[in-house]
Amino acid sequence: MTLLDIHNLALSIHGTPILKGISLDIAPGEVCGVIGESGSGKSLTALSAMQLLPEGSDCSGQITIAGRDVLSMRESELCSMRGADVGMVFQEPMTALNPVQTIGHQVAETILIHEGTSKAEAMSHAAETLARCELPQSRFPLDRYPHELSGGQRQRVVIAIAIALGPKLLIADEPTTALDVTTQAEILSLLRRLVDEDGMGLMLISHDLAVVTGLADDVFIMKDGEVVERRTARTLHRDMTHPYTKALFEASGHQPDRTDSQIEGSLLKVENVSRDYLLPRRTFLGAHPTMRAVDDVRFEIRRGECVGLVGESGCGKSTLTRAILGLEPVQEGRITLDGRDVFTEPDVRRKMQVVFQDPFGSFNPRHRVARLVSEPFHRLNRAATTDEVDEALTSVGLAPSDKHKYIHEFSGGQRQRIAIARALIIRPELIILDEAVSALDVSIRAQILDLLVDLSVTYGLTYLFITHDLTVVRSIADRILVMHAGRIVEQGNTDEVFEAPRDAYTRRLLDAAPKLPV
Amino acid sequence: MLRYTVKRLGSLLASLVVASLVIFACIEVVPGDPASFMLGINAQPDTVAALREELGLNRAPHERYIAWVGGLVTGDFGTSYTYRSPVSEIVVERLAISLPLAIYALSLTILVAFPVGILAATRRGSLTDISVMATTQLGVAIPNFWFALLMVLVFAVNLRWFSAGGFPGWDAGIPAAVKALTLPAIALALPQASILARVMRSSLLDTLSEDYIRTARAKGLTGRQALRKHALRNALIPVLTIIGLQFSFLLAGAIIIENVFFLPGLGRLVFQAISQRDLIVVESVVMILVFAVIIVNFLVDLAYAWVDPRLRSRT
Repeated sequence: MTLLDIHNLALSIHGTPILKGISLDIAPGEVCGVIGESGSGKSLTALSAMQLLPEGSDCSGQITIAGRDVLSMRESELCSMRGADVGMVFQEPMTALNPVQTIGHQVAETILIHEGTSKAEAMSHAAETLARCELPQSRFPLDRYPHELSGGQRQRVVIAIAIALGPKLLIADEPTTALDVTTQAEILSLLRRLVDEDGMGLMLISHDLAVVTGLADDVFIMKDGEVVERRTARTLHRDMTHPYTKALFEASGHQPDRTDSQIEGSLLKVENVSRDYLLPRRTFLGAHPTMRAVDDVRFEIRRGECVGLVGESGCGKSTLTRAILGLEPVQEGRITLDGRDVFTEPDVRRKMQVVFQDPFGSFNPRHRVARLVSEPFHRLNRAATTDEVDEALTSVGLAPSDKHKYIHEFSGGQRQRIAIARALIIRPELIILDEAVSALDVSIRAQILDLLVDLSVTYGLTYLFITHDLTVVRSIADRILVMHAGRIVEQGNTDEVFEAPRDAYTRRLLDAAPKLPV
Repeated sequence: MLRYTVKRLGSLLASLVVASLVIFACIEVVPGDPASFMLGINAQPDTVAALREELGLNRAPHERYIAWVGGLVTGDFGTSYTYRSPVSEIVVERLAISLPLAIYALSLTILVAFPVGILAATRRGSLTDISVMATTQLGVAIPNFWFALLMVLVFAVNLRWFSAGGFPGWDAGIPAAVKALTLPAIALALPQASILARVMRSSLLDTLSEDYIRTARAKGLTGRQALRKHALRNALIPVLTIIGLQFSFLLAGAIIIENVFFLPGLGRLVFQAISQRDLIVVESVVMILVFAVIIVNFLVDLAYAWVDPRLRSRT
């Protein structure tokens, strides 16, 4: 018997059709993966099953959960279904928990509203559930608040909330996208264990082929509100027939052609750099304790090279980036670009530019593209000419006429092209790409990686590519720096580091990274 | 929590010391002779000299400051030059009206603004929401003295439910005193309630779109339960800030309303003292108001920590 059966589901929001005839089913004890790029409708499919859709939504077709027709349920029936029969885990563990309530309270609430037990019973049940999610009471008492936990620990709390009542179906919407690779591996194995122990059905939604194929039994590939292909996960890479699925696979493992790049001479030198942060005083007039965010880091980047800097959140890579950009003082060591110190000769900073992760947040929405792109010219004390703006836009594959538009008129990938154009316009030598492709869909990501390689050849650019994504860094970087707890624990040529990692941390990182079947 | 409280207390004391120094400096130390200022331009030199002696202005500034602060701490605020009676007595008399009036007005503000703001937020875009937004807009825009006069006209002159002004004193019994303060409190509360309701509405709307509300709904809470158990407390943080500001304003800023209703409150006292150049009263009353504002801010800080555990644990 199927647990979740979605048949011919159509959804429109304020009259705009979003889902077009989705059919999907999950059996008990089965993990069903739903793969798709942003806007493919995978999250809305999940929210349709929960009937937690945004205002103005109109659902038709059939959704049954354990034989009950969801679309004909009244709101009170839906409330007693949600949380008890179906649990849901969301993408963003940092915001999915109420910041002013303890974790015990938040887990116990699921039990209290459905079971009508006493508060003490609910709390002890919550403690057991948290322990099952590997948050034992000895280390994570019930009275902890969400802000006292890390992202991975918070995601365990969210999972505990979802499974507290042993639901038949668990829906996990991008449960590991916001987490580091090693944490991701732990959360995925936790989900697998819970499914095996409880015989739940799991609907795992992700944009990441490797994550889904590694865990799921069946996969559904979604595109533009439709399921375009359904396969067994293990054999997907062999059996796939739909061109979109093939394109996704190609894009996920995309290797830009880097044969033309020329490497010579030293450009950036980071010598024994350390950066301390002051922590709040422990006593009223005591000295500030310090935290060493970057610890005796040294490396060199040669002209024309693409160097990858990998590490998990909190390892110090952002601090190091800001120090290289001259935005943050260092306590020890020296950073030179082209032989000139970035702190004492700030003029040299015009030779480097940065591209950030968020293609939505890093632009002023009230300025036109021409003004956004010419921003770096304030360093040169002159305005950008129209020709310069046009050339920058053309070089990243946009049209010169795009300069009259506003940023909201562009897609995520196009915005990232504009960010690259902005970095390119004053002809820097070094471009720092800080998680620059992390928020993009795989097909867009592949295009941007190709663009970066082309630009590096055309303009003789050097890249420092900062990311947590090992697949990306492997496809583009010549050399890799692995950062852990403020230190560079390993550096070497990309292939050598991937084939024969010397440091234990690097090995752990590589093991945890989900891999596509080959 | 204890650590947080102690820290807030420390900054409270520091603020008081800085405020007292600034007030003292403004009134007594900066160029210009307070005695000749108080007596006006036509004063005889010997009268000025006598007043200087009486005010202790011939002593060194630091001695005077210590004497003044020492007096404040022990409740001796000096003697008013115009009233010829101890400032502390006058202030206590006036506070007996201003403080209850401020608390009364603030209670009305909260009692009206919370339900109205919550109602508008939960029915966003509905007719209820639109009329709440329109009414509160009007409430902010109407000058409160005009509204006060209108109420006097309707409730005192025509309906004769209330008296048009004055204060019988607390000796006349609590009901009579409260009754006398009712129209002024409503007049004061109208714009404040309008502002607070709008803040409550927008803060709640922000909170309702947070991810943890979706988590709560996925647990099986109804929309109403999610609002009550998860959204409200989070929405309170900006609301508390506004309440703190409003209380300070209501305590000292009621001058116009006190004038409309002939209430001998603190606002009128300052106003009269300034026009009569009674610097001793001005100095003390300003210090008391500063003290009240700082205490209110301290209470708001404690309320923040009560609402938000992230503040409690920050060391």
